[in-house]
Amino acid sequence: MPPLRRAKPAAAQPATSPEPTAPAPMTPAEIAAQRRKRRTGALIASPGALYLLIFFMVPLGLITVYSFATRTSTGRTSLSGWNLNSYERIADDVIVGIIARSAWLAFLTTVLCLVVAYPFAYYLATRPPRLRARLLVLVMIPFWTNGLVRIFAIRFLLGSNGPASALSEAMGFGTFRILFTPTAVVLGMVYGFLTFMVLPLYVALERMDWRLVEAARDLYASGSKAFWRVTVPLTRSGIVAGCVLVFVPSFGSYVVPEILGGAKTLLIGSYVARQFQAARNWPLGAALSVLVIVAMLVAVAINQRNSANAERTPAGMP
Amino acid sequence: MSNLGTAGAKRSSRHLLRANAWFVFAFLYVPIVVLVIFSFNDSERVNVWQGLSPRWYGEALGNTQVVSALRVSLIVAVTSTVVSTVLGTAVALALDRYRFKGRRALDGTVYLPIVIPDITMAVMLLVFFAEAFKLIDVIGPRLTLGVTTITLSHIAFNISFVAVVVRARLDQFDRTLEEAARDLYATPWRTFRRVTLPLIAPGIAAGALLALTLSLDDVVISAFTAGPGATTLPVYVFSSIRQGVTPELNAISTLMLAASITLVVASLALQRPRSTTP
Repeated sequence: MPPLRRAKPAAAQPATSPEPTAPAPMTPAEIAAQRRKRRTGALIASPGALYLLIFFMVPLGLITVYSFATRTSTGRTSLSGWNLNSYERIADDVIVGIIARSAWLAFLTTVLCLVVAYPFAYYLATRPPRLRARLLVLVMIPFWTNGLVRIFAIRFLLGSNGPASALSEAMGFGTFRILFTPTAVVLGMVYGFLTFMVLPLYVALERMDWRLVEAARDLYASGSKAFWRVTVPLTRSGIVAGCVLVFVPSFGSYVVPEILGGAKTLLIGSYVARQFQAARNWPLGAALSVLVIVAMLVAVAINQRNSANAERTPAGMP
Repeated sequence: MSNLGTAGAKRSSRHLLRANAWFVFAFLYVPIVVLVIFSFNDSERVNVWQGLSPRWYGEALGNTQVVSALRVSLIVAVTSTVVSTVLGTAVALALDRYRFKGRRALDGTVYLPIVIPDITMAVMLLVFFAEAFKLIDVIGPRLTLGVTTITLSHIAFNISFVAVVVRARLDQFDRTLEEAARDLYATPWRTFRRVTLPLIAPGIAAGALLALTLSLDDVVISAFTAGPGATTLPVYVFSSIRQGVTPELNAISTLMLAASITLVVASLALQRPRSTTP
């Protein structure tokens, strides 16, 4: 951990937290040097910190304030007289339905990604190093490629009389129409976020101590038993990280359902957007945004606790 | 006997693994490849193949809306990349090297723009600019959403991505090199210029490329902070898709695809460890 790697412990340690092995009292010159160093740090950080304060923290505060505001009859937002009306409206059947649908489709996406990505990452991690590096590049390209264009490609492929439909007709399966259905949305989200699942799983499998699997086999565990009792628990941190990384953007997804979904697949992301566009109900949109942000923070906190646990637990000690 | 059984099971599971890998690669690449092929289709209708032709590329580049959106995209991407690379690198350096007031708070908030879904960040910024404009209108000129607001928003999320990438690089940094420079009486600035900066340069470059990619890719945040006068290319494509797929959109998408693949290849080349070329 950092303290061990700090090459200059005395100067780098904060003055406010006395270490158990406190060094000899500092000379005035040392104290001045330390103060100067703290000032330098604050100075270097300040432009970026100020930017984030103005263009991120203030907007975050504002949307929270808006969530307690009132929508006037003309669709404007009145900030006088805070209330919980917007939060109460979230309990409406319509909105609960939208949230439930978003969560369900995000859950399906996550499960599908996990089922496909785990064996895929396993395959990658067990290739010889040179081939592995090349295959990894092939995985990284879609990961970095313009997400909108990739979703557009799916839309094009699935479109009425599009290439997929033409192929299925030529093969005698008849036309199929899945565009603008929940199936298309899940397919698009799996396509968009699959690499988010592959990469953490790959890292976990690659770092895993394979000798533990061999040990299990030597002790006459069957292949599947060794997999479920050794490999899967050892890669748990990758599984959780991948699931969080897929679930979070799927739940808040806006572009995918807008392009691939139909009237029946209104998800929370689109619903929030509508409140700020045609519906002109900013307080409700703000309240839903706050809800989404809180949900995301919980998911990320779960992931962080999980990875902290994974680091603390020695390999092979579940 | 049982040995033969396990060998067979092992072989079949190996085949399954390989089949799955092929399936994943096909799944990832087939839609993109089909899109690229059809972008060279001569036909007016997207779904009828009529022979190869670069016709739609010409049409796309002749469309003034597309060209002006492309211009906005490039201005926003370059400006936001430059600013966020400087600010993000400074934040990463400060967080990695120094203890100062508010360090913990900064450490916590710097990750938030990465975690928050696009749509919430977009509406946050929309509300922010609406309120800011109300304030500014009182004292001065009437402002509207446009290139400036898109750029300001892109910097807000790119700072975080640059800071995270550069910090990862600083994490593997050999501090003794800096100490050696100091022991040889180099001033702090000189140490930074001649030792620290060259060593973290690949990290900074990777961060800048990520910022550029994210800025060129962004749809949602741009859509909400763009004004009637100025939209970016992804926003143009996004709003056009909703009205239907056209061959021209195929061509524009292929161009965007080519741009992002060029950026990936560049960044992968940068991240390749130097040790392989002695």
